[in-house]
Amino acid sequence: MYDAPLRKTDVEANEIKISAKDVQVYYGDNHAIKDVSVELQDKTVTAFIGPSGCGKSTFLRCLNRMNDTIDICRVEGLISLDGEDIYDKRVDPVQLRAKVGMVFQKANPFPKSIYDNVAYGPRIHGLAKNKAELDEIVEKALRRGAIWDEVKDRLHAPGTGLSGGQQQRLCIARAVATEPEVLLMDEPCSALDPIATAQVEELIDELRTKYSVVIVTHSMQQAARVSQKTAFFHLGNLVEYGETSQIFTNPVDSRTESYITGRIG
Amino acid sequence: MPVLWLFLIVLALAAMGFIAGRMRVTTAGGVRPHSLPNYYGWNVAMKVMAPALLALVVWLLVQPILVDRQVTAGLGENAVPEGSTLGLVMSDVRRVADGLDTAVGRGLITSGDADAMSAADSNVRSLLGEAGVALGSDVSPEVLEAAQRYRAMNATGDFWRTAVVLVLAIAGLAWGIAQSHGSFRARNSVETGIRMILLAAASIAILTTIGIVLSLVGNTWHFFQIYPASKFFGSFTWSPSFGGGSELGIWPLLWGTLYISIIALIVAVPIGLFAAVYLSEYAGPRMRAWAKPLLEVLAGIPTIVYGLFALLTVGPILLTVFGRDGLGWMQAGTAVMTAGLVMGIMLIPFVSSLSDDIINAVPQSLRDGSYGLGATQSETIKQVILPAALPGIVGAVLLAASRAIGETMIVVFGAGAAARLSLNPFDAMTTVTAKIVSQLTGDADFASPEALVAFALGMTLFIITLGLNVFALYIVRKYREQYE
Amino acid sequence: MTDATSQGGSRPNARPTTSLTAVGSRTKKRNASEKRFRAYGLAAIGTGLFFLVVLLSAIVSNGSSAFMQTFIEVPVYLDPAKLDKNGNRDPEDIAKVSTFGYSPLIQNAVFEQVQDKGIATEYDDAGDMKALISASAAAQLRDRVIANPDLIGETVDFQILASSRVDGYLKGRVSRDSITQDKNIDAGHLDLVDALREDGTVHKSFNFAFITGADASESRPEQAGLGVSMLGSFFMMLVVLFLALPIGVAASIYLEEFAPQNKFTDFIEVNISNLAAVPSIVFGILGLAAFIQFAHLPQSAPLVGGLTLTLMTLPTIVISTRASLKAVPPSIRDAALGVGASKMQSVFHHVLPLAMPGILTGTIIGLAQALGETAPLLLIGMVGYIATNYPDGVISGFLSPNSAMPAQIYEWAKRADPAYYERAWGGIIILLVFLLVMNVIAIILRRKFERRW
Repeated sequence: MYDAPLRKTDVEANEIKISAKDVQVYYGDNHAIKDVSVELQDKTVTAFIGPSGCGKSTFLRCLNRMNDTIDICRVEGLISLDGEDIYDKRVDPVQLRAKVGMVFQKANPFPKSIYDNVAYGPRIHGLAKNKAELDEIVEKALRRGAIWDEVKDRLHAPGTGLSGGQQQRLCIARAVATEPEVLLMDEPCSALDPIATAQVEELIDELRTKYSVVIVTHSMQQAARVSQKTAFFHLGNLVEYGETSQIFTNPVDSRTESYITGRIG
Repeated sequence: MPVLWLFLIVLALAAMGFIAGRMRVTTAGGVRPHSLPNYYGWNVAMKVMAPALLALVVWLLVQPILVDRQVTAGLGENAVPEGSTLGLVMSDVRRVADGLDTAVGRGLITSGDADAMSAADSNVRSLLGEAGVALGSDVSPEVLEAAQRYRAMNATGDFWRTAVVLVLAIAGLAWGIAQSHGSFRARNSVETGIRMILLAAASIAILTTIGIVLSLVGNTWHFFQIYPASKFFGSFTWSPSFGGGSELGIWPLLWGTLYISIIALIVAVPIGLFAAVYLSEYAGPRMRAWAKPLLEVLAGIPTIVYGLFALLTVGPILLTVFGRDGLGWMQAGTAVMTAGLVMGIMLIPFVSSLSDDIINAVPQSLRDGSYGLGATQSETIKQVILPAALPGIVGAVLLAASRAIGETMIVVFGAGAAARLSLNPFDAMTTVTAKIVSQLTGDADFASPEALVAFALGMTLFIITLGLNVFALYIVRKYREQYE
Repeated sequence: MTDATSQGGSRPNARPTTSLTAVGSRTKKRNASEKRFRAYGLAAIGTGLFFLVVLLSAIVSNGSSAFMQTFIEVPVYLDPAKLDKNGNRDPEDIAKVSTFGYSPLIQNAVFEQVQDKGIATEYDDAGDMKALISASAAAQLRDRVIANPDLIGETVDFQILASSRVDGYLKGRVSRDSITQDKNIDAGHLDLVDALREDGTVHKSFNFAFITGADASESRPEQAGLGVSMLGSFFMMLVVLFLALPIGVAASIYLEEFAPQNKFTDFIEVNISNLAAVPSIVFGILGLAAFIQFAHLPQSAPLVGGLTLTLMTLPTIVISTRASLKAVPPSIRDAALGVGASKMQSVFHHVLPLAMPGILTGTIIGLAQALGETAPLLLIGMVGYIATNYPDGVISGFLSPNSAMPAQIYEWAKRADPAYYERAWGGIIILLVFLLVMNVIAIILRRKFERRW
């Protein structure tokens, strides 16, 4: 399965990585996600689109239980990763998040050196036995984050000193350093300029060969450019889910069509 | 004319001015005036009061200094008897002069008598005794003469003070009323005045600092004139004796201060920091709602209470454990450990609420980033939040250290009175603040080095705490800017 | 651009894919460390609260007994032969009889009571009763007679203040062992007290005099009260309130609303933030040098204490007032300016009233801080002075020497007789009640007027 780079066409061949059934999310009294059922495929970029406040980020944060850190948030329904319920009481959210990494809207490098930023995950998960192995992991992650060439001479400079686009790629490198199986991205390009956006998008396409990537985006062009599958959320409902090409050219639901043509949003 | 009367006259003139200014505008008719009528009134009142009262205050401050200087200069060399000082003689002069005033006021003598009186032919002491001013000894001719001169100069001064203040007030009244016509922008004028008052209020902070510095520097200067600075900063012995021949080395006091503060910080920093971490990262809103205010009760308790707690509760408890019946390390209940422990308790809420603020200033995105990588909460705290908050926490600890160094009541009660350089935390030691209290509350002559040394100690304390504060506030501000 | 594709063939399986529910050994270790860390945090809070509980229980257990006092209730015959030799009830003659004339009457009264009750005792002289009776009892009886001369010749029921040793015996502070070296009282007296207590002659009752009374000399702890120094504190707080509040508010308005961005403003700000952290004892030195040495204001006067505490409290009030001014949204100012109000009018008509609850809260908290502050008062002479006289009026309340609550507590704690420790703890309870009330008022103000914009 891992022996050949995938091409865009054989998306159908991929197995289901994450499956969600009848998911409800409440913020206090507010019913934020209603009855969402979706199956996300491995080695695929899935885009979540929809107007602001439609619940796409909330749903994304359910997939690695980041919502656990918010006291008033309650999740119902079944979400499983490789067939295992991630909200099972026996599941350690820490182990889950090691498998399902996340990149955030605003680049959030730790106020440490570039090296320590990337090494943080491998260190806490004990992925390296010694310094040499750790060096190797860090270099590999930075290469995969497409930022190695820019920072290799200043690995010990603070990560907060990089430019916005570099910071975001550093955060992606930091996320892939822990060897996740799924990578969640919450509007990773919303704070970036077009050139940095293009670099990150190119990177996302590369990452697809190894991970299942879920990306929340406001930009429909971006969804069309990077994703193979698209899910359209509206007012907490999953309105439509399917091949990106189909959603954008021939949507089934009238709300999807309205959004894509710019009438709601 | 007494000051109170003068003050009341100025106020009355101001009130008159207010009414006159207001009336002139309201009765003028014609075009609507620029400002509301009250503003015209206030404008006049302000112009009456501001220059007159300012002059009054300045006069009240300056006249005693000038008169004192003149009279002091006039005192002959033989006016100061053996074993006395110029300061004591001058206070005698003032007492005699006040006594004469009282005597004249009660009608015992006439003002002319008072001026003509000489020490040789009248018993000044008994006269003053009748007027209610008890003197320790007979009045010497020099003192009486100086007192008469003092009275004469003050009388002249008082006359001119009244004249100047009244002239200024009346001039202000005339000026203000002349201004009161519809086209004058009275509101702007009054607002400028109010602004000046606000500015003056804000400047009191500067005046206070200047006052602190002057009172410390002046007296410290006196101290170093009668006691060499090299011995103050160079000696390792502190043994004041009011009979003279004291050794006043600061090091034992500094060491005691430092030792107690270190113990206090060893108690307060871990507890305060862990409490802050727990409250800001783990505790739910309900626990925060009761645990945080309860901890802060510790900060609201006056230090005298902690002092008594150290003296009567903690000291005896420590003594039973470490004293002669226990481990035998401790001689008495008052010790560095007692004071340090209690001070540590006092500082817990100080450290915890400062750290809490600082930890809360670490952006949520860093926490999300760490959790998103699968870090546990404690890993996130230890490896991301605390390193990010470190400068701020260092600042908080420095502020706590400055509090510990300046704390007085706990060490007065808890630390003991012996100045010694020892490493045993169960020994009694003393601190800079405790010695300031004991040197200034005794019956020592104010001009002796044993009393004046308190100002040098105060100066040292002020410089150390000021330095710590400036540094700590700088660090904390830099830290906050980083996340804004 | 990267080697991701070139290495893509072999996925580096540093961590083999495992089931989510199977908790690995490393995760177990990490979770254990997580639990430990949490426990440290809880322990820290627990320790802090434990200290609070210990402190408060020490205060209550040591201080509450100060509110009860031992009295001996006996009928006292006011012998006209001793108190009014001329028999004409002339107030001037009666006033000439000193307390020495009254002491024997009281001692006799107690002695008679002992004999009437048939209590067996080794003492056969009324003078031996002196050990049971406070030295101040005679003065109290005398005051009562002078106020009402008609009592002479009658037998009145009188609550005699018991001596501090007797009081201490009833409260458990004094025991037969502890008085073996004591010249003031013998074990026989304690037997007597036991017997008198059984029939109710000696009893404890609420000690109003402790709350309202004056301080007493070192040898009469049973008489000492906090009332006079409470007045001293009251007058000091008046000074602080009427100076610090207007000056603090004016300074804050200037800094928050009018101050230009320049070096001078910065200098003021630096001064304020530093003054807030200057040790309180340094303010005591300032008070001593500026108000007493330089301005020749009277020592020990509440006015001087108030001025010193004002300077100390000002930064606190300025900081909290500025915070409340800042909390008023700019839209309010804009709205006022928009209808043609001047900047000054917008501040005084709109911003200040809206910020007032916050300002008052901050002021109350600053006052509470000043009320409990001791160190500066030591230097301006508010200790070592025995506050026995109530001030005659408002002027003397400000200017005549007095003590203050914390200074009085300090004074008591410094005295040698342990009976004064009880008074000191009791004084702390009263002080804390005041602070509690002030803080509760501040909290209520904040809750009631809290505004969310």
